[in-house]
Amino acid sequence: MKVDIQDVPFDPCAATRDYESALPKGKHGGIVTFVGTMRDFNDGHDVSSMFLDHYPGMTERHILGVMEEAARLSNIMDAYVVHRVGDIKPSEPIVLVAVWAAHRADAFDACRYIINYLKERAPFWKRETTPQGKRWVEHNTADPAVEAIGRPTRFA
Amino acid sequence: MSVKIRYFASMRDRMGKAEDTVVLEGGSMTVANLWKKISGQSLPSNTLIAVNMEYTDGSAVVKNGDEVAFFPPVTGG
Repeated sequence: MKVDIQDVPFDPCAATRDYESALPKGKHGGIVTFVGTMRDFNDGHDVSSMFLDHYPGMTERHILGVMEEAARLSNIMDAYVVHRVGDIKPSEPIVLVAVWAAHRADAFDACRYIINYLKERAPFWKRETTPQGKRWVEHNTADPAVEAIGRPTRFA
Repeated sequence: MSVKIRYFASMRDRMGKAEDTVVLEGGSMTVANLWKKISGQSLPSNTLIAVNMEYTDGSAVVKNGDEVAFFPPVTGG
């Protein structure tokens, strides 16, 4: 499992393909990827750009911790996370979560677990540029699965 | 004892700096008391605390050489 934090744009498909090239051939039966991208609106405001702050060292440690938990809770082969920091423009990918497993249920569950708990624990902070000026985002939008039952379905 | 303090996001703006090293008398102190000492205020309610990059709370005890971070709720992903 691996985490890459980077301040330059990335292509999620190429990143997934490159990581997969080092995995054993023919062992996985499914890959689930989640790609989070930047919206040009938030909380009723137009957003022209965003700056992502993070805590080097702690960020990687906590994302890897969430990935290891997901691997304990479900039967996955591998997982890879890429997360942007620095200046980001609308429509650019912010985060990639890719999970390889023998069967789809494990891949779906682990991918959702990783993105949900990454958002809850990994120390990143978004500062948006809007027509009214720059503002720190106070909270993320929640996944109803986390709101409703606290944990993604199979891990409840 | 000497403690490294780091501030992130809106907390960095509020404190006007990204980090600080403070030298304190004694060998240990709670995070809440450390905050009072450096800011003269009580800790804002939504502040998250990490000691040596692990989440904790104001009751945690800080020792010589520790790194203590104060920051607002996280918004990655």
